[in-house]
Amino acid sequence: MTPYTGKAKFEFNKDNLKKSHKIIAQYPKTKQASAIVPLLDLAQRQNSGWISNEIIGYIANILDMEPIKIYEIASFYSAFNLKPVGKYHIRVCSGISCWLRGGSDIMERCKKVLKINNGETTEDSNFTLEKVECLGSCVNAPVMKINDDYYEDLTPDSVEKILSDLSEYKKPKKGSQIGRKSSEAKKCNG
Amino acid sequence: MLKAKDKIFTNLYGFRKPDLATSKKRGDWDNTKKLLSCGAGKIIEQIKLSGLRGRGGGGFPTGAKWKCMAANKTKPKYFIINANESIPGICKDRDILRHEPHKLLEGILCACYATGANRCYIYIRGEFYNEALILQHAITEAYNAGLLGKDACKSGFGCDVYLHKGAGAYICGEETALLESLEGKRGVPKIKPPFPASVGLYDCPTIVNNVESIAVVPTILRRGADWFASLGKENNTGTKIFSISGHVNTPCNVEEVLGIPLRELIEEHAGGVKGGWNNLLAVIPGGLSTSLLPKSICEYIEMDFDSLAAEKSSLGTAGVIVMDKSTDIVHATARISKFFMQGSCGQCTPCREGTGWVWRMMMKMEKGDITKKEIDEIYDITEQIENNTICAFGDASARPVQGLIRYFRDEIKNKIKLKKEMENVT
Repeated sequence: MTPYTGKAKFEFNKDNLKKSHKIIAQYPKTKQASAIVPLLDLAQRQNSGWISNEIIGYIANILDMEPIKIYEIASFYSAFNLKPVGKYHIRVCSGISCWLRGGSDIMERCKKVLKINNGETTEDSNFTLEKVECLGSCVNAPVMKINDDYYEDLTPDSVEKILSDLSEYKKPKKGSQIGRKSSEAKKCNG
Repeated sequence: MLKAKDKIFTNLYGFRKPDLATSKKRGDWDNTKKLLSCGAGKIIEQIKLSGLRGRGGGGFPTGAKWKCMAANKTKPKYFIINANESIPGICKDRDILRHEPHKLLEGILCACYATGANRCYIYIRGEFYNEALILQHAITEAYNAGLLGKDACKSGFGCDVYLHKGAGAYICGEETALLESLEGKRGVPKIKPPFPASVGLYDCPTIVNNVESIAVVPTILRRGADWFASLGKENNTGTKIFSISGHVNTPCNVEEVLGIPLRELIEEHAGGVKGGWNNLLAVIPGGLSTSLLPKSICEYIEMDFDSLAAEKSSLGTAGVIVMDKSTDIVHATARISKFFMQGSCGQCTPCREGTGWVWRMMMKMEKGDITKKEIDEIYDITEQIENNTICAFGDASARPVQGLIRYFRDEIKNKIKLKKEMENVT
């Protein structure tokens, strides 16, 4: 299980409480278990990107279910982090289309710049690096995702620029790094 | 080649906005009430006549699936959109979700009306956060304009559409696993029968359709089943969005007719193979779960369900992954094996144990550390997995390895030879 942090009890903030009611209402009255994943997602966003023990208990209470049922779901789906993550959670795609276009170099550059390995978080808690399976943006390979945003058509150098922007609290350019709108054909480098 | 006037997804690349007003200018939601007024039976008949086959990998006739559900009078019924696009090599649904959401929503209304389902959940891949925001906005717009909800499009039919975000599990693209996940359980597949059309979500009759299958429905109904059936080939009709990735000069998504020759697809739309056609080694034609094709077959193969099945491969989701001669094909296949090993849900022994076994053998193969007899042994293991599991995941894991052994035995033997030579040197 997740380590006990001694943090105050978890509760949805006002805005999220409203959202949680809306989510639960999406499903038939006796089928509230359907709301587990969306509620965990909502809670994780409020809790700096991870699911604590308190969250498990809190959602169990809301849905009137056993905490182990909530934990079972939280541990099954890869989107949920059961330990704290950095402010920027970097997921580098290792799918075959990315690999064919130099995805491994993207991961290597991330490791080199951040001085951490796959699955680790930087000391300042700014970055967590994770190698993931296909992110589903294969025609814009290689790609990575930072928190909710995709960064596509990467080169090791453009990755370094993105990471340095984030370190300096600047907003890097999202999406294609070579000026494509989305998935249209465009002559690219490399 | 597909003519511009026959394109369904005119905003595939998002050069224009996805909002309701702009979508209407593209022809979406144009007198939908009239489309529905011909009645549920006629709509299903049109979809059957169009020859539309599921765009999510299975290729099952969409109209037949609907008819089965429409015949079931149990209430309530559910309509589910599978937007958990996760198979490596394909990223077409993402473009529909973010650039053409109203095509999908109008399709949902038509499909729900035809099958008698009053409630639809769109199960969207958790990673597609921004896409989900766009889609949610489109849903809200449609509700506010009276296009969805009670008395949708003033048709007298109630249609509620909800977005349900997944949380990162490839296996949830399998329809029974998707339904389990939607019910708040771990997403693991269930034995069929019963099929979802009789016992599905919350034990009610349910249809699960892919995003693209439903997004083309309004256009089929507007332009007619004959028009759709005139595109492509017999039994493989209509248009399809292809994703072309890997070693090509301009990777892209493109809508084309089914049956387009692979070479034409790559050369006309993706700028050709890096280093020219003769530098081609192999192509995985339909996403990672389909058997690869060597260059000799790529020369003539046409991209449709039946042509690819005849070559022991599959159209799958139409995610075309191109590999040039710089690719270590054995290493590539070992990576694919690892993907399936990690993705196995672990319920069925042949898949749980077999995928790990195959991966370990592939690791050895990559180093040339196997005997020629063991090559056949690996093939044998994949055959033991195939058809012996609850869902198609086991079959999917078998095919890439079978393709490798079928077409690239010499490459494997080279690895063995190289290893022996290295040993003799040291």
